[in-house]
Amino acid sequence: MELYRAHVLVCAGAGCISSGCQAVKSALVESIDRLGLQREIKVVETGCMGPCDLGPVIVVYPEGVFYRQLKPADAVEIAEEHLLKGRVVERLLYKAPEDGKTAVTSDQIDFFKKQTRIALRNTGIINPESVEEYIARDGYRALGKVLTSMTPEEVIECIKKSGLRGRGGAGFPTGLKWEFSAKAPGKPKYVVCNADEGDPGAFMDRSILEGDPHSVLEAMAICGYAIGANQGYVYVRAEYPLAVQRLSLAIEKAREYGLLGESIFGTGFSFDVEIRVGAGAFVCGEETALLASIEGRRGEPRPRPPFPAQEGLWGKPTVINNVETWANIPPIILNGPEWFASIGTEKSKGTKVFALAGKVNNTGLVEVPMGTTLREIIFDIGGGIQGGKQFKAAQIGGPSGGCIPARYLDVPVDYESLTRLGAIMGSGGLIIMDEDTCMVDLARFFLEFVQDESCGKCSPCRIGTKRMLEIVERITRGEGREGDIELLEELGQSIKSSALCGLGQTAPNPVLSTIRHFRDEYEAHIYHKKCPAGVCRALMVYAIDEEKCNGCGRCALVCPAGAVYGEKKKPHRIDLEKCLRCGTCMEKCKFGAIYTI
Amino acid sequence: MKSLAELDKLREKLQDEMRLREGREDVKVVVTMGTCGIASGAREVLTAILEEVSKRGLKGVTVTQTGCAGLCHCEPLVEIERPGRDKVIYGHVDEKKAREIVVSHLVNGQIIKEWIIK
Repeated sequence: MELYRAHVLVCAGAGCISSGCQAVKSALVESIDRLGLQREIKVVETGCMGPCDLGPVIVVYPEGVFYRQLKPADAVEIAEEHLLKGRVVERLLYKAPEDGKTAVTSDQIDFFKKQTRIALRNTGIINPESVEEYIARDGYRALGKVLTSMTPEEVIECIKKSGLRGRGGAGFPTGLKWEFSAKAPGKPKYVVCNADEGDPGAFMDRSILEGDPHSVLEAMAICGYAIGANQGYVYVRAEYPLAVQRLSLAIEKAREYGLLGESIFGTGFSFDVEIRVGAGAFVCGEETALLASIEGRRGEPRPRPPFPAQEGLWGKPTVINNVETWANIPPIILNGPEWFASIGTEKSKGTKVFALAGKVNNTGLVEVPMGTTLREIIFDIGGGIQGGKQFKAAQIGGPSGGCIPARYLDVPVDYESLTRLGAIMGSGGLIIMDEDTCMVDLARFFLEFVQDESCGKCSPCRIGTKRMLEIVERITRGEGREGDIELLEELGQSIKSSALCGLGQTAPNPVLSTIRHFRDEYEAHIYHKKCPAGVCRALMVYAIDEEKCNGCGRCALVCPAGAVYGEKKKPHRIDLEKCLRCGTCMEKCKFGAIYTI
Repeated sequence: MKSLAELDKLREKLQDEMRLREGREDVKVVVTMGTCGIASGAREVLTAILEEVSKRGLKGVTVTQTGCAGLCHCEPLVEIERPGRDKVIYGHVDEKKAREIVVSHLVNGQIIKEWIIK
């Protein structure tokens, strides 16, 4: 590597790519060339830096100046002013939404300040396509340490002692899983990375693969040594082309350097990794379905036990962990299990990455210690609710998870507390909802998703969720009946106890948790035929305020159903029999005379 | 990669460059690059320093630039900052002087008194 006086890091996570970072980068590189600075300044593409709503973002080192929401012309200005003349371009800096204060460097921004980055330690800092940069940041040193100075038993003991639990959903202790596989009879053994991230709104696994692919490869090799496996597979969905591309390149580079392949570090231990691209079925994130898919069979789950640790890929002992879990392994080996166990809560150690989405000001990826409260995540890091509205609930854990209402904002977030509230950690998708969200409609959305994605193998999931969806849809149409809530609860409970796999068993959760925390909303829909949030169209009643209406007739003109009537220059009225509840009249009224009840 | 030692050696070499992104440098070499500095040859000075530092494999040295320092008549200026010590400012630096500053000041720790601005 050459010595440069400045590094310009351009975030090339998928979020910034879609907001146009490539054009910004080309403009920057062109300007640097034009100004003759190419020998002094290095431009590096990194993985996701986290603050996706601010994209495209770049950071200029050594100062660490953070620029956001750039257009190609801005990049030219940065090159001419900052890179050539050393003057920071004030206008492109980040300003805090609360007080308008300008932050020069990223560590002055709350969004970054309050995070602890372990799994995301390299994401957004290194060039994911350069194994050299990974090595410079202690990459593959953990693998070296394990291979040259630890026995497989010591490695497993280290992971057990760290308290690391699976980051993909259920939170099973990772070290224990490794131990089961190590002790299970049968050869060869396999190591699998579950990168089939399917929860709506979750994208931490993709970001790690895109931003720091070597951390996953290194961790898999460490596990291979610990359990006695020589082959690993990464199962990643085809919808993540950039992740697949960067991972493939990482595997190639690691092989070139001898960090994967035969006799790594001359120790005689061999390990290699291959990619298996999935077609994107949600159920293939379930481990047994995933393994079936790798084997080339239909992606359907099977009953457990036997667990994959005993009988996994091709019936052989297999450790299967999620991407984020893998990314935690190398730092644990290097810094020791005590270090990791000192972060987090009593039973949930370390950090968790959350994908913040929905009605929050700063959407993006954040990593916080376990036990951080939702309030800190949403208001301190997330910058609060958009448009100054009221926080209503957070949906966590995707279709398998549940909703947490405002009164639990101060509960520390860890595996246990979430389970107690009827949600799950899941993969860490965190969707923030404001007062304008209808909880019944939300439950309907997730049920629809589960219905769509149900593999159909077992009847509780295939038929049960279908019946649940029908009932919830009926409620949102205003045709709910007395006893519907109880019926949903009963159905939900029986699906939970009888479905074949984890997905089916958790599919009723969105409904059950919204009933638990927002029962009054269901009751309003069923008994009073009202949607308190004003979302369910069928339940809305449009009316015209006769005081405000001056009879311009615009509403009558745009109504597709001819439901608005009245004389010119006199207040109009709406015929509710004909009204389709499309809201066009309300949109077009210039006087704000039309309202909903 | 045949051994862990080989990895360690490679890492040490690679770390120099990455140190820039961590803000933990020991020595900072700043070239003032306002219009005045650039006009009097600061770019050549900066390139020369970069070349020299990298050729000699100096560790923990950051080379960076800043705007006009107000001493336009002394440009190009080179400032050397070590934590806990007074900043040393050299004036009227050219390419040759720049290389000598690296050797004498950064490598051998000898400040070249006659080039310092008082």
